[in-house]
Amino acid sequence: MDLLTTIVALPLLGFVLNGLLGPRLGKTFVNVVGCGMPLLSFALVLLAFLRLQAGGGTQPLVETVYTWATVGASSFEIGFWFDRLSAVMALVITGVGSLIHIYSTGYMRDDAGYARYFAYLNLFVFFMLLLVLGRSLLVCFVGWEGVGLASWLLIGFWFDDPAKAAAGKKAFITNRIGDAGFLLGMFLLYRTLGTLDMDQVNAAFSAAALPAVSASLVGILLFIGATGKSAQIPLHVWLPDAMAGPTPVSALIHAATMVTAGVYLVARLNGVYLHAPEASQVIAVVGVLTAFLAATIAVVQTDIKKVLAYSTISQLGFMFVALGVGAPAVAVFHLCTHAFFKACLFLGAGSVIHALGGEQDIRRMGGLAKRIPVTFATFAVATAAIAGIPPLAGFFSKDEILWFAFASGSGGSPLLWVLASSAALLTAFYMFRLLWLTFLGTSRMDAEVAHHVHESPWSMTGVLLVLAALSALGGLIPIAHFLEPLLPLPAVRDGFAHHQTTLVVISVLLALAGLATATWVYGKGLARGESLATRLAPLHRLLSGKYFVDEAYAALLGRPLQWLSARVFLDLGDRRLLDGSLDGMASAARRAAGRLGRIQSGSLQFYMVLAVAGAAASLGWMWWHG
Amino acid sequence: MDRAQFLLMVSMLLFTTGLLGVMIRRNALVMLMCMELMLNGVILSLVTFAQHSGTLSGAVLVFLVFVVAAAEIAIAIPIVMQLARQRRTLDVEAWRELKG
Repeated sequence: MDLLTTIVALPLLGFVLNGLLGPRLGKTFVNVVGCGMPLLSFALVLLAFLRLQAGGGTQPLVETVYTWATVGASSFEIGFWFDRLSAVMALVITGVGSLIHIYSTGYMRDDAGYARYFAYLNLFVFFMLLLVLGRSLLVCFVGWEGVGLASWLLIGFWFDDPAKAAAGKKAFITNRIGDAGFLLGMFLLYRTLGTLDMDQVNAAFSAAALPAVSASLVGILLFIGATGKSAQIPLHVWLPDAMAGPTPVSALIHAATMVTAGVYLVARLNGVYLHAPEASQVIAVVGVLTAFLAATIAVVQTDIKKVLAYSTISQLGFMFVALGVGAPAVAVFHLCTHAFFKACLFLGAGSVIHALGGEQDIRRMGGLAKRIPVTFATFAVATAAIAGIPPLAGFFSKDEILWFAFASGSGGSPLLWVLASSAALLTAFYMFRLLWLTFLGTSRMDAEVAHHVHESPWSMTGVLLVLAALSALGGLIPIAHFLEPLLPLPAVRDGFAHHQTTLVVISVLLALAGLATATWVYGKGLARGESLATRLAPLHRLLSGKYFVDEAYAALLGRPLQWLSARVFLDLGDRRLLDGSLDGMASAARRAAGRLGRIQSGSLQFYMVLAVAGAAASLGWMWWHG
Repeated sequence: MDRAQFLLMVSMLLFTTGLLGVMIRRNALVMLMCMELMLNGVILSLVTFAQHSGTLSGAVLVFLVFVVAAAEIAIAIPIVMQLARQRRTLDVEAWRELKG
């Protein structure tokens, strides 16, 4: 079998094996298959990467597996395409994915659904690889829906809790709205170009004769799909709820890989967006608003995973800013560093939750640094990385995004930079707040919980150490430069080039300011933060209510839909019209039968009379009309 | 009145007598006999028409009807006897509940 096909097929094999045999063959089997398949995939991705580099790096590896359907002149093929962008994505997915699989062997050790968990996780990796390696938008879409399915299965992994099952449903339904945009975009592309292969789509838009479709329209439709998957405003509401799933799932799906699918899609269709300045502007604005608003919400969250969830939304916003100002290579760079440090943060949070026996409220933590030192150290490194403290990973990628938001020749503006920088400041603040409240200061735990605090097993801490190392050093990998032949960086606006050093200094100062403020407010426990909250009560209520977006959706969409369903469709349509007409017909038949039944009296003579009358009547009728 | 017409009149008379008998009488055996009368009326008209048109098919049909009538009566008489044994009467009104 061919290399790329094997890469994709291995996790699927893991899913089948673990799904069918896992519960019977025991934990060792599940571990070997569940972790082995992604690791093998990772090794093969490395091999493919080496082959790609050996061929000069610009000639993509292409494989066609199967011709799905042939319609007229055009055929739909399941084919794989491995260029530098796919390579980076596949490395992150299988690399970070494998680490999280290993971590899960510790975190999920005592769960009843152990084999099912690993089967789902492998299924997710399979679909995600399909998404990033697919050559055609159609294959990509299958992966896109598949990761949605895996996400739904894993958010609702503990489905006997109705709240968790509902969170899964919310994620799935919100994504459907985005998917409608994705589908429409695909239809439009197919109608005008007659192909869905992404390289050909890009080529068609770069050709001298532009295709007869507005690139911005296609771009915006596909971006609607991306807002759903990548939790951008206004479809961001599902991601915080998705934290109901097991924590490694939050790390893998809802931080490192799946939610970045939207970023990948826009970066992959770079050729379209280059010719769609309006769509790019929309992306930049939505991105920066998401980055800023999600960061403000994260400031007041008290659940350790919710803080990280809003942080993820905010960081995804940053990536979309980069996409919107025509620097997709930088967006992918941030995607990678974010995958490292956010996976590390989530897994660290998982380790904390593990240590505290399920406690997630940071108001009842504190002083954990000495009790679980490895978790603390890795969490601190990742926190510094996301806050943008040099020379950690987040500093490089975020700094480049801020630079292009300011100076890009295609859509950059100082206003964009101001908003993005405020979001960066808030990021530093809420992340250090989280670090302080969780690990430093004095303990606010119950004596019972505090007594049982323990460091996690090596399968978890080892993974944390690897990810912390990546968070620290990942910024030194020149991913943006590596992708440049494929995703060229935008030109810098005239007369802006000399600002670069100033901006770097400002962004470092902002990160340090966030650190200082967080230390000042939360360095001595909760008191100062709570007095601030009471002093700014209306603002605090707005933020902890998450801008009441959920409530607004419930009032504007949920309740009218429920009213329509209950009153019009159920009462009027189903009960009255459908049931009513059928019941009416049945009761009419019953009444008629009651009347007619009286004729059947049992008197043979009467029957005879009727028969004769009938015969006579028909004879008479025939005679009359004959 | 020629012979054919006369025979048809007789046939109609037989049929009508039978029909009225079935409609009016309550005795099961009498009703059966009246049904035989109706059959005979029909058979007579069959024979008459067969002779009138000079073909044999009508006469052949008569034998068919005879066979059917014999089979019918062979089933009907035992049924009536069984019913009569149950109720000690031949009045059809006694079996009204057989309407189902």
